[in-house]
Amino acid sequence: MASYSTNQFKPGLKLMLDGDPCSIVENEMVKPGKGQAFNRVKLRNLRSGRVVERTFKSGDSVEAADIVEVEMQFLYNDGEAWHFMNPESFEQIQAGNSIVGDAGQWLKGQEMCSVMLWDGQPIGVTPPNFVILKITQTDPGIRGDTATGGTKPATMETGAVVKVPLFIEEGSLLKIDTRTGEYVSRAKEE
Amino acid sequence: MNPLRWRPLAPWAHLRRRARLLAEIRAHFARTGALEVETPLLSLAGSTDPALASFTLRAADGRHWWLQTSPEFAMKRLLAAGSGDIFQICHAFRQEEQSRRHQSEFTLLEWYRVDLDHHGLMDDIAALLSAVGFPLAVERQTWSALCLQHLGFDPAVADTASVAEFARGQGARFPESLPDRTLLLDWVYGCALLPRLPVDRAFFIHDFPREQAAYARANPSAPWLAERFELVVGETELANGFHEVTDAGEQRARQLAENARRRVAGLPEVPLDEHFLAALDAGLPSCAGVALGVERLLMVLLGVDDIHQVIAFDDGAFEDGASDRAGSHD
Repeated sequence: MASYSTNQFKPGLKLMLDGDPCSIVENEMVKPGKGQAFNRVKLRNLRSGRVVERTFKSGDSVEAADIVEVEMQFLYNDGEAWHFMNPESFEQIQAGNSIVGDAGQWLKGQEMCSVMLWDGQPIGVTPPNFVILKITQTDPGIRGDTATGGTKPATMETGAVVKVPLFIEEGSLLKIDTRTGEYVSRAKEE
Repeated sequence: MNPLRWRPLAPWAHLRRRARLLAEIRAHFARTGALEVETPLLSLAGSTDPALASFTLRAADGRHWWLQTSPEFAMKRLLAAGSGDIFQICHAFRQEEQSRRHQSEFTLLEWYRVDLDHHGLMDDIAALLSAVGFPLAVERQTWSALCLQHLGFDPAVADTASVAEFARGQGARFPESLPDRTLLLDWVYGCALLPRLPVDRAFFIHDFPREQAAYARANPSAPWLAERFELVVGETELANGFHEVTDAGEQRARQLAENARRRVAGLPEVPLDEHFLAALDAGLPSCAGVALGVERLLMVLLGVDDIHQVIAFDDGAFEDGASDRAGSHD
């Protein structure tokens, strides 16, 4: 079984901790003048997203997690599972709602997503940084109001709700930053 | 490819402060009566401390030489020969130490006072700190009292299983079901206690558990404690001092135990410094000694958090490991 020594620790390294795959967020050496050195490590649990702090005796080894991230195209959601395809191998995988999570609100089909696989099984999906979606419902636009800075909620074709400026009309196409969930600009049909 | 950075790392103002600090240190010892000495950096014997990795050199004649990790043994030979109070400003070398507060080669101020115990030496350090303009208040507390205050119990008198349980509850990952007590107490100090200390003042932490005695005497009224102290600011150790072991048999036993722990850990054993042990046999006067990191002190005086801000040049590893170092905060 592959493992890493503490002197290989660095941000991004994937380890097994209590049966769950984790990614190192931060690694600090605690090195006293006298006595044992330790590594103080912040790790993100890749299944729950929670960050925990652990200390390891310097020189100890920890089991590696078999994690790969693959670019896959989102095909469709059949109500029970989200279907993705590797565009090079045409291999398809399915991921449940709990794994797709909030990423699903930005996906309508065709998007290239980053799918995280643990021992070959999907454990997380990251949507593209920017998506272009149509507004299906919002209050009527206030014509010409581009200066007051007010916002209103708008429901997108995927069901996501985004705060938009008051002048935006129902049916508009918007560019949205999926990392913040914020409106970026109006967009043209691609 | 970046051009090689050949200019000094520290600003000139910091290098001038460094020169002034060295002059202030020498003035303190001239005023209080200690002889400045110099001892070899290179020796045929090294440190047996399993936590220290020495640099070794192989000479043309095949013999191994050690670069000192501290001038302790040579200075104790001087004390045994009747030097009286002595101090030394020298370089020391420790492998695998690269961080914002570590350099493989660094400057130590080490000094010894005859007929003083560790409390008298802490008074002396406090006088030195005030003479060099140390900007922080300094508190004196026992190891046990600080643990009681910040951790809610005193691991020095707790049984090993409950210390292990506490450590695991705080996120320590030990593969052994019951880790070594010395390891656990090192963990308590470095990973639980120091991170909880306020950083707006310095602490003399004294009377460590005897498992962390190194070469300090046992406390005669509480033999589970050792007459050792550290001066720390937050997680940064500035100085480490002892009321010194003077018994040659006990010193040899402690160093043989260190070599035994090296064997268990798969580390090379280090030949004992027989000249030093012979000096102890002849009689080391009762004394207290301390090693103080000159760069660490300068960092506090200048209010900077990176050792590269107070040295002219590093060993060049910074250039090679620039990307690794960026993520290192210790």
